[in-house]
Amino acid sequence: MSVEPALLAGETATPPPKPGLSGRLARDGGIIFGAVVILLMALLGITAPWLGTKSPSEINPTFRNRVPGIEQATRNDDGTTRTFTYRMGTDSLGRDIYSRVVYGARISLVIGITVAVFSVAVGLFIGLISGYIRWIDAIVMRLMDGLMAIPAILLAIALVSLFRAGLMSVIVAIVVPEVPRVVRLVRSIVLSVREEPYVEAAICAGTPTHLLLWRHILPNTIPALIVQGTFIVASAILLEAILSFLGIGIPPETPTWGNIMAEGRGLFRLYPHNIFFPGIFLALTVLAVNVLGDGLRDRLDPKLARRM
Amino acid sequence: MADKPVLDVQGLTVSLPPGADRLNAVENVSFAVAPGEIVCVVGESGSGKSVTAHAIMGLLPAGQLTATAGRALLEGDDLLTKTRAEMRKIRGDRISMIFQEPMTALNPVMKVGDQIAEVLDIHTSLSERERRRRVLDVMQSVHLPEPERMVDVYPHQLSGGQRQRIMIAAALVLDPVLLIADEPTTALDVTTQAQILKLVKELRERRNTGVLFITHDFGVVAEVAHRVVVMQHGRVVEQGKTEDVLRRPRDEYTRMLIRSVPSLSPPARQPVTAAPIVLQTSDLTKTYVAGGLFAKRREVRAVRQVNLSVRRGETLGVVGESGSGKSTVARCIARLIEPTNGAILIEGADVARLGLRALRPHRKRVQIVFQDPYRSLNPRRTVGSAITEGPVNFGMAEHEAIDRARNLMRLVGLDPDALMRFPHQFSGGQRQRICIARALAMQPEILVADEPVSALDVSVQAQVLELLDDVRRRFNLAVLFITHDLRVAAQVCDRIAVMHRGEVVEEGTTAAVFAAPKHAYTRALFDSAPGRNFEFGKFEV
Repeated sequence: MSVEPALLAGETATPPPKPGLSGRLARDGGIIFGAVVILLMALLGITAPWLGTKSPSEINPTFRNRVPGIEQATRNDDGTTRTFTYRMGTDSLGRDIYSRVVYGARISLVIGITVAVFSVAVGLFIGLISGYIRWIDAIVMRLMDGLMAIPAILLAIALVSLFRAGLMSVIVAIVVPEVPRVVRLVRSIVLSVREEPYVEAAICAGTPTHLLLWRHILPNTIPALIVQGTFIVASAILLEAILSFLGIGIPPETPTWGNIMAEGRGLFRLYPHNIFFPGIFLALTVLAVNVLGDGLRDRLDPKLARRM
Repeated sequence: MADKPVLDVQGLTVSLPPGADRLNAVENVSFAVAPGEIVCVVGESGSGKSVTAHAIMGLLPAGQLTATAGRALLEGDDLLTKTRAEMRKIRGDRISMIFQEPMTALNPVMKVGDQIAEVLDIHTSLSERERRRRVLDVMQSVHLPEPERMVDVYPHQLSGGQRQRIMIAAALVLDPVLLIADEPTTALDVTTQAQILKLVKELRERRNTGVLFITHDFGVVAEVAHRVVVMQHGRVVEQGKTEDVLRRPRDEYTRMLIRSVPSLSPPARQPVTAAPIVLQTSDLTKTYVAGGLFAKRREVRAVRQVNLSVRRGETLGVVGESGSGKSTVARCIARLIEPTNGAILIEGADVARLGLRALRPHRKRVQIVFQDPYRSLNPRRTVGSAITEGPVNFGMAEHEAIDRARNLMRLVGLDPDALMRFPHQFSGGQRQRICIARALAMQPEILVADEPVSALDVSVQAQVLELLDDVRRRFNLAVLFITHDLRVAAQVCDRIAVMHRGEVVEEGTTAAVFAAPKHAYTRALFDSAPGRNFEFGKFEV
């Protein structure tokens, strides 16, 4: 049993004291770590052509399955020689794994963020309506229950097989299984907020339903959606890698972390670096996003925030 | 009562964390509780009364509040210097505490008998059978019916009053020398409150327990206290025998507090008879249906055939306990919910069945002020946009609406320039003023006030009531005033309708109902009002 904060403050709300640098680090360490790693990954993807890479799809049949750090000298037309270092080795087609991993960051981040934005937008829209209009709720929620009953990966495989494999179809395939989770979250918030006296006061003031949802209800969902959104980024990145690894995602010539690992699967025992390097990047990115999400949840969601 | 005190608090100071609005939550507080004595600590919110109680119990939140000076002697033992293990031994055994919310203070997944037995289990080495006997004994002594059966039920199966009795039983099972009660009846209905107060009085008599009773309600003080400690801003401003403090208060703040307690005898009022009837309900009924496809169908009749009428310029009070259906009536009239049956006539036009679209022109004629000032304003929007929202919805130009809002802010006694501020920058009373301004911005004919002052401190309460009465007169409003507080009803209502279990059991002019209540329930309600025999504010010099 602890004293409620309200009884300390009384009529005037007192803001909590500002923490010092060490306090901030302890509290926001996750957010800082996550944001820095994601920023680095994004930078990596954007500046890929200038990071000592070569074309990620350039095949080199004479230089296949080489270990990391190997150098290859090539003779230029004017007689000088030029060496290229394969920092992470080459795969079974002689492609530079380092280049593929760096370019792969683009696909992963694009997919993660696009999926999060789409599923939050769609889920928010359906959730608001479903939470506010009771008769639609009954229908929509049974539909969402049905979608949630199918494992996300199976649903995604089925959806991808409906379209031509490509970036867009993979995104759609990952968005669909994510939407019901967002809908449920938004709906539950709407259901509690619509009982708030300020919402009822707005109804009495004759506020039309769309404005009511936009002004008074939607803002309450934002903190939870930011948190949920980051978790969707992480699971989308993973799901894309899984789909690519299974060979049903992005076409195999495109460098994605899942594709690189799929390609390296066959010779994994002999040349583990094929899977090791993209795996490290994938794990680090997903970890960073999840840690960021946890940190944001502690900061934004007062119900889950730990007491300081 | 000249024995050595069981509790002697000397110069207790509890500091607040840096950056708070004051240095200490509690400063240099001294008082004593003798065996068998009930000492009431009374004060408004933020006065430090709860912090004092928690400091004595050793329940201050670690790292936020610390007792920095003073002593709290329990039979000569300083509690503030005890280790956590020592305090654990003392709590439940020598001091016990009961809390405001009997709902949350009990564990919902544990049988109530086991929750009482837990105290015995921790502090004694009694056998299983002995424990059960002690539990039944103590349940008997707090007058719980059929303890044999009740010992094996879960908290949700009990009423609020029964739950509070269980809490008291658990607190008293080891015969502590001191019982700390932190607003133990605030969450209860007035009739239940009366029973619990009676129980507390009886128990301290029988067991000679010292009771430290925290409350904000002077009615309760007059009812139970032997001595009173008045606190303000963390300091004791006055203490003494109940008679002395209530009759001959020396401190200006105490006088102000006591004067603010509304009297139970209604002032003389000119009955409103000539003005036209603006609001009328006929056979208003609301039935909630629970269950559905698989669950058993269950009907709850929240409101049954309620007939009310309010004239222009008149205040009709709807009085009742929780669950009586008074709020449901208010929400039906504001058409926040649709009644199941009956008619709601606003100036002759029935709005009970109107759909959303057809209802819209009627919306501005009925406005509502809610109970909780902290939740009735959107925390993310400025006060100005809250007040102008309604008029703008009905087509008023933005600048015109702002002009009106500025005028209304002045009218409710706030600075018009504060329109740009956010709700959290205002106190509870100020927020309620803003809510009144928001309702008035629609230029309504009917104002529904749903417990508008229940969440406010007594001194603020008086001001808001005055404001409500002022706007009623100024705009000739018909006011439907929902309240559970008889004192408030006596002061502001022209007529009163008493509701009980969804029905209006008695209706009449305030003076008539208070002078000679006809219905048995009304009489029971009046008899339960704490401090009903005490006329507040009549000071002797």
